[in-house]
Amino acid sequence: MSLSISLTVNGDRCDVDLDDPRVTLLDLLRERMALPGTKKGCDRGQCGACTVLVNGRRINSCLTLAVTLNGAEVTTIEGLAAGEDLHPVQTAFIEHDGFQCGYCTPGQIMSAVGLIAEGQAGDDAERIREGMSGNLCRCSAYHGITEAVQDAARRMASADERKSA
Amino acid sequence: MKRFDYSRPASVAEALAAWQPGSAWLGGGTNLVDLMKTGAVMPDRLIDLAGIPGLEDIEVSDDGSARIGALVRNSDLAHDPAFAAAFPMVAEAILAGASGQLRNAATVGGNLMQRTRCAYFTDPSSACNKRVPGSGCAAVGGVNGTHAVLGWSDSCIATNPSDFAVPLAALGAVVSVEGSDGRREIPFSEFHRLPGKTPEIDTALDPGELIVGLRLPAGAAAFRGHSRYLKLRDRTSYAFALVSAAAALRMEGDTIAEARLALGAVAAKPWRAAEAEALLAGQSPSPELFTRAAEAATGGATPSGDNDHKIELARRIAARALTLAAAGTPARMPALPASVHGDNAHA
Amino acid sequence: MPDTVQFPMRFGSSSGQPVTRRDGIAKVTGTATFAADNAPANLLHAVYVSAAIARGTVTSMDVEAAKAHPGVVEVYTPDNVPPLPGDASSKPFMFAFRFEPLQDNSVRYANQPIALVLAETLEAATEGARLLAPKYAAETPRIGLDGNAPFEIEGGGFGLPGTTVHGDVEAGHAAAEASVDLTYETPEQYHNAMEMHAVVAEWDGDHVVLDVPSQALVMSCAAYGYYLGIPAENVTIRCPYLGGGFGSKAALNGPTVLAIHAARLIGRPVKLMLKRDQMFGPVFHRGATRQRVRIGVDGDARMTVLDHESLAVTSSFDDFIESAANASQGIYSAGALRSAHKGVRADVGTPGPMRAPGEASGSAALESAMDEMAEKAGIDPLEFRLRNYAETEPGSGKPYSSKALRECYAQGAERFGWSRRPLAPRQMTDENGMLVGWGMGTALFAAPMFAAKARAVIRPDGTGLVETAAADMGQGAWTVLAQIAADSLGLPLDMVEFRSGASTLPDAGVAGGSGHTATAGGALHAAGQDVVARLAEMATADPDSPLHGAGNATIVARDGRFWVEGDDSRSDGFADILARNGGAEIEGTGGANRPQEAGAAHAMYAHGAVFAEVKVDPDLFQTRVTRLVGAFAAGRIINPKLAESQLMGGMIWGLSFALHEEAKYDMRTGRVVNGDLAGYHVPVNADVKGLEVITVHEDDPYVNPLGIKGVGEIGITGTVGAIANAIWHATGTRIRRFPVRIEDLLAGSR
Repeated sequence: MSLSISLTVNGDRCDVDLDDPRVTLLDLLRERMALPGTKKGCDRGQCGACTVLVNGRRINSCLTLAVTLNGAEVTTIEGLAAGEDLHPVQTAFIEHDGFQCGYCTPGQIMSAVGLIAEGQAGDDAERIREGMSGNLCRCSAYHGITEAVQDAARRMASADERKSA
Repeated sequence: MKRFDYSRPASVAEALAAWQPGSAWLGGGTNLVDLMKTGAVMPDRLIDLAGIPGLEDIEVSDDGSARIGALVRNSDLAHDPAFAAAFPMVAEAILAGASGQLRNAATVGGNLMQRTRCAYFTDPSSACNKRVPGSGCAAVGGVNGTHAVLGWSDSCIATNPSDFAVPLAALGAVVSVEGSDGRREIPFSEFHRLPGKTPEIDTALDPGELIVGLRLPAGAAAFRGHSRYLKLRDRTSYAFALVSAAAALRMEGDTIAEARLALGAVAAKPWRAAEAEALLAGQSPSPELFTRAAEAATGGATPSGDNDHKIELARRIAARALTLAAAGTPARMPALPASVHGDNAHA
Repeated sequence: MPDTVQFPMRFGSSSGQPVTRRDGIAKVTGTATFAADNAPANLLHAVYVSAAIARGTVTSMDVEAAKAHPGVVEVYTPDNVPPLPGDASSKPFMFAFRFEPLQDNSVRYANQPIALVLAETLEAATEGARLLAPKYAAETPRIGLDGNAPFEIEGGGFGLPGTTVHGDVEAGHAAAEASVDLTYETPEQYHNAMEMHAVVAEWDGDHVVLDVPSQALVMSCAAYGYYLGIPAENVTIRCPYLGGGFGSKAALNGPTVLAIHAARLIGRPVKLMLKRDQMFGPVFHRGATRQRVRIGVDGDARMTVLDHESLAVTSSFDDFIESAANASQGIYSAGALRSAHKGVRADVGTPGPMRAPGEASGSAALESAMDEMAEKAGIDPLEFRLRNYAETEPGSGKPYSSKALRECYAQGAERFGWSRRPLAPRQMTDENGMLVGWGMGTALFAAPMFAAKARAVIRPDGTGLVETAAADMGQGAWTVLAQIAADSLGLPLDMVEFRSGASTLPDAGVAGGSGHTATAGGALHAAGQDVVARLAEMATADPDSPLHGAGNATIVARDGRFWVEGDDSRSDGFADILARNGGAEIEGTGGANRPQEAGAAHAMYAHGAVFAEVKVDPDLFQTRVTRLVGAFAAGRIINPKLAESQLMGGMIWGLSFALHEEAKYDMRTGRVVNGDLAGYHVPVNADVKGLEVITVHEDDPYVNPLGIKGVGEIGITGTVGAIANAIWHATGTRIRRFPVRIEDLLAGSR
């Protein structure tokens, strides 16, 4: 059966000729599109390491069949920075040491970007903790992660204010 | 994962026409794709519903009713201002389940169709009557501290894992389904099934029938000021309920004019406690009353294994949820939804 | 080497600074490459089949069905896998564990690999493995602490703790005016690093290049070489990053060796990544324990005896015993001390070292028992520990190389507000009516050092290059080791290139035992010293150098120049010296190890004190840790920011031990029922709040030249007990089985 899809990944339009409907978005990115920044931690929606944005919303790419994404816009960790300029969430993760081994980090960061965009948590530490609880970190860098997301949320909010002023 | 065919119909009619035995409806995929990976579920074809227009609306009406399209994402429903204001405990239940990522993908219809998290169901090499009728139930006599204490049978002691479904049961939601014979409505109390001798049948859906929406009846929003969902779990977030409760009161002055109560994670279906509701109506809230109501709600509960504790915990969480409902719905969604460690978790 | 050169012990220029991670940008942009991110051309994907029984034999597999699946290239079963050249049932080197290279049909634990499928795509390999649908003849498995008869342990070898006795234990018991005799249980725990074990193996003749997470790169080459029948130098390991290790990636494991073997057989590169559920079996875990702790005290609450016995589960076919009872050595002064171990064999994968092996489980029991003894003696738990403070190492009588534990107690207690703690339980509630409890525990972890080598170069442009095959599994080796090297070279950090994470570099030893910074850092420091000394010698011998004839004057290296101390007019730049002397780079080497006599002279430990606050729902018993304050003294802290992160991580592991982690076995089948991350709980973000770490500086002249102890594991110790004690303080219920569960607290309240 023909399973050609067309999707936009990190701003680039890609036509993908899928030979197999079983391919998840995670495995499409990692094994077929040479974008291994997105990580596999459980492959079952239980850890959040594979978090990417689809049409601006954070989702687990391991539970998303690639074939369902015709026309979708996908953002991965590789597409977050604008060239050399890191996204505020990326900067904040470095400054607050929001990671150790770095394996869950792409998923944490994409989840944080999604969480901030959802606009429900603001810079409230407890709401951030709850909102980031779908991303496990076995090194347990949670303290730094929460601080980083708080800091980035504040910076992005004040940048938005400046823009709208 | 077993190979399957994939189609993406553009209408409900096309979807229904595409269905044949061995098909599975694909919504958000958060549960189905997972079960396909473990091999617990092996459909021959997936019918992807995402291309069907018209199933993504949320309508809240002045009469206190609501209509929700089957493809509305869980997070969109929870964060819909009109819906969350009218049905705060439903929003709280949704936000107490899974993670932000999963809620962004999971659909309303899919949430109602999710399968049990019984480990013996998920694992194809274990005996499971729900997965393979007649193969036995490995959970009986196995690791079953989280299994059912109400409505179970010797065939199956699994529970329904949905948080969302618990307040829906309490509010008397109605599931709208469409099949080749047309559209019909299934009362929530009849939607999920107890196992009996046929635990492989989870719901009242006929083969090939599709959930197209969900309806909260007129007056359901009347509980908005006094309703809570509370969920006990083994970690602060991102965990299935050990037990949970949705409690809603319609107050007239200091009197409970009408009460709704349902328990979660205690049975194969969200457990609506009609006897407790009747006992509460016309009374004034008090700890003694809520204790009696909680006793009534768990009436007939028996352990199905090493889960005696769940009966007492269900009783206690029911009483607590009633107490919190009586104290009034919080003005803002608690930071830790439905958690005993959240704000407003104590009256 | 002129003895006039004073080496830069000016820690504070790079060392001691809270430098952000040098690998930070790579990790936040997704460009940090983990093993399975590699994809050589012509790659095949491997998926193996896990045994669904714990004991018995595989009777059949549907190889034809698997092979018929499009994309499946080969199926390896015991019927067609040629033996590994090296014997997987032998233990030819120190950290060898026995494993199963598909040589027969027997199954000795659940999730043992029983077949391996190679395919062109991951999807095909995965389905091919499922289609094999093995059938079994199962035997009744022996599971748990009571599944088999205990056995005595000879002791001495790796993973084989024996019995240690100091003083007259019976006399200690007899002399006690009050005592406790308590039994605690800890469950099987699985490392579950976020990165599953993975390998990409590419052969070229009898050479193989492996992208594989390894906590011991050079040592592992020899081990792989043994099994594969090739010399160690034919094995190249590339491992710039590990996605967590926690001990599980220190030794070789069966699935990884099998995939490498398969790559050679098929003649194409092969990638294997374990599935999460496959992490529960062949790649080690922490064995379950049952510990009996007996403490006796005199009328002043001074311990007459500390008697700690442990029974630990190991596998049916190999030995690794969680050395829990040893946690009672080295920590408290007591009239007599005994640590004794027994094992029990079960049909499980072999346990192995898991973050604070022995210490974590042992500390959980010991610190709980200390709390119970304090309660019985009617004194504050901190006061009880102070009263039994060990001024010298108990038993051996050796002085500590340094021990700022008193300061840890004091600073931690002060920050936490411990002095306001009511002695009796169930005294505190918060504004919501939650029960509040406070508990504490002592943290202790040995400060070992292993052997390592390093190379240091000063390049013609005056910049430095240092090399050692260190492993960064998150602890921060890329940053911390570079900081040490920069100081040793007298260069600013940004002028030092650090090469690491490849087995072609000098051996940095194992990243384990909390000794990697001391060990690899020590080697880098020595190599830096060596090259700086050579360069200084070149300068002082150079007639054109301002340093020429400096004679006995002291020369210091700083910011890429040598200076005559006390004479700012005389200095020479590294690049200038090299330019005048042939223009070539100059190289030095160094090694690190602890001389035996150093260990004989001093007892070496990192110390700490952990204070926990919990809130427990009075009816529903869901528990949340709301504050956790740890004060730790671990010698010189090279990077406070990263050390704090590691200590916090350890403390959260302690929280996880206390409240969450437990592999639940179906006793009928011997299988782990909750073998995934939805069922096997580790803390989520919302479980962590109110975390504070204090580091207490220690100048330790004995532990190693840099004065480093290590912070990777100590955070777990102390924390488990502190939380369990806080739960008792909140509820009045003492739970002696970990993790502490809602149902246990409910039962305890009724």
